[in-house]
Amino acid sequence: MANKSFYHFLGCIIPHRYPSVEKAVKLVFNDLGMGLLDMDGATCCPAPGVFGSFDRVTWATIAARNLTIAEAGGHPITTGCNGCFASLWDANHELKHDDELRDAVNENLAVVDREFKGTIEVWHYVDALVEIAGLSKIREKVIRPFTGVRMALHPGCHWMRPKNIKQKDDSERPHIFRELCETSGATYVPYKDELICCGAGGAVRTADVKIALEFTMQKFDSLNAAGGADMMITPCPFCELQLDMGQVEIQKYFEKEYTLDILHVVELLALAFGHEPDEFGLATHLQYMQRKTAPAWEKLGIKMEES
Amino acid sequence: MSCLITKSSIEFAYITYSRNRILRPFGNGFKDEIQAHLRSRCIILTSAEDKTAIDIDTPDDSFVQMIKKTGGPNIQNCYQCGTCSGSCPAGARTNYLVRGIIRKALLGLKEQCISAPELWYCTTCYTCTDRCPQDVKPTDVIKAIRNIAVAEGYMLEPHQKTALKVLEAGHAVPLDKESWENLREKVGLERVPPNASRYSEAIEEIKKIAKKTGFDKLIEEKKQKEE
Ligand code: SF4
Ligand code: SF4
Repeated sequence: MANKSFYHFLGCIIPHRYPSVEKAVKLVFNDLGMGLLDMDGATCCPAPGVFGSFDRVTWATIAARNLTIAEAGGHPITTGCNGCFASLWDANHELKHDDELRDAVNENLAVVDREFKGTIEVWHYVDALVEIAGLSKIREKVIRPFTGVRMALHPGCHWMRPKNIKQKDDSERPHIFRELCETSGATYVPYKDELICCGAGGAVRTADVKIALEFTMQKFDSLNAAGGADMMITPCPFCELQLDMGQVEIQKYFEKEYTLDILHVVELLALAFGHEPDEFGLATHLQYMQRKTAPAWEKLGIKMEES
Repeated sequence: MSCLITKSSIEFAYITYSRNRILRPFGNGFKDEIQAHLRSRCIILTSAEDKTAIDIDTPDDSFVQMIKKTGGPNIQNCYQCGTCSGSCPAGARTNYLVRGIIRKALLGLKEQCISAPELWYCTTCYTCTDRCPQDVKPTDVIKAIRNIAVAEGYMLEPHQKTALKVLEAGHAVPLDKESWENLREKVGLERVPPNASRYSEAIEEIKKIAKKTGFDKLIEEKKQKEE
């Protein structure tokens, strides 16, 4: 399965707010011999919370337009965002199984000379890494293991739920994401609220950021009650934004201070594969930019030349 | 979002609060604390004391049929076990009660369902969907009710703005400042990514699609209503 290529669906948050993830995934996929092709003219997935809640057919049509770009090139799509995955994977699945929706969508797509054919698959980075590259190959590439670093996880919702449709992992006791993160050599720290939502989804962050941040605080408090961790890993940039920049917002709205380094799983792997943080700009996370701080290098076990 | 806090809702909130969090001893300052807590978080609560109960004689099932068509086909499977609400992280901190909304829908209380501000507190985490013993797919039911709410003009302004951004820039979170381009350059990427931020043709296609589905009007109409 070597040299498999994917259309790289960027979405909005990765290229426009957390570009370090875009750079990190390029390094990691390249190291593993997997290709990432530009998906010229792809738009918003579109945001499943807002568009899915507003009008299902418009949501499915815009998602299908993105799918047709990949269909034309004949490669599967990969995305590193749970939200984009929720739109593209779910729309692809629904359009393949619901003829009525498919007809409605294709009628809409005709105005831009496109047609959904249902010929490609959509992969989350996590699935591409686990199923195509494989954990053993990933372990071989790890030259800077995170030995002794305590790692909490936030798998997020949409890459594994709804479980009966996604048929991937047991959403009550998931293991795939943990096993991928554990290849880095870090020590997994469980906490009670690991599996609850970060609070950002479903258009809630947009509607009422304070309520969204309450979810986030619940997660951090639960982690602290379990003894805390040195970093938290997530497979989603929207969760990353909520957990990372959310710390700044929590301080503003609730006067509670949390400082925890939040990494996307491809950032974790890029570091584990020996790339320097500056190669993909780990320090550009919005938490650090706004607080004028830097990652806790020592806790992460990373030696920086200039401090 | 507006705040609506009444005396009886404070009592109710106390119960909810003490159930969800560590029980604290009663004290004179406690109610004040709750009140302040609620104000600070804009939680909207109601109880039968504030609002007269609705008499339900013969349920009108047209709303249920509408939901079934709009993406919640299994709503009638619900036997009100409450697993969904018991699993719901949004319900743990707001008055959003997914089981209650489903029951209201089954009783044909359309207006109550679509006008409820708490309808928008579901984060679509799908925990209820994964746990519902009757395969109701409550998340999809809520999304279907939201679709109907929007079609009837109930839409929050921030959501409308996000939707507009997709029609204008091709992205809900656009590359709308030079500082974002600088951030990209800093990590060693091209300043503008190869998505709709680079290709204006893509935005044109989105506009055409929105026109065809009537989505542009859906958002415009709301704009006029607000004026
Ligand atoms: S879990 Fe399912 S059956 Fe039980 S109340 Fe919720 S929707 Fe109804
Ligand atoms: S999907 Fe919505 S209703 Fe269901 S548990 Fe999550 S927040 Fe609650």
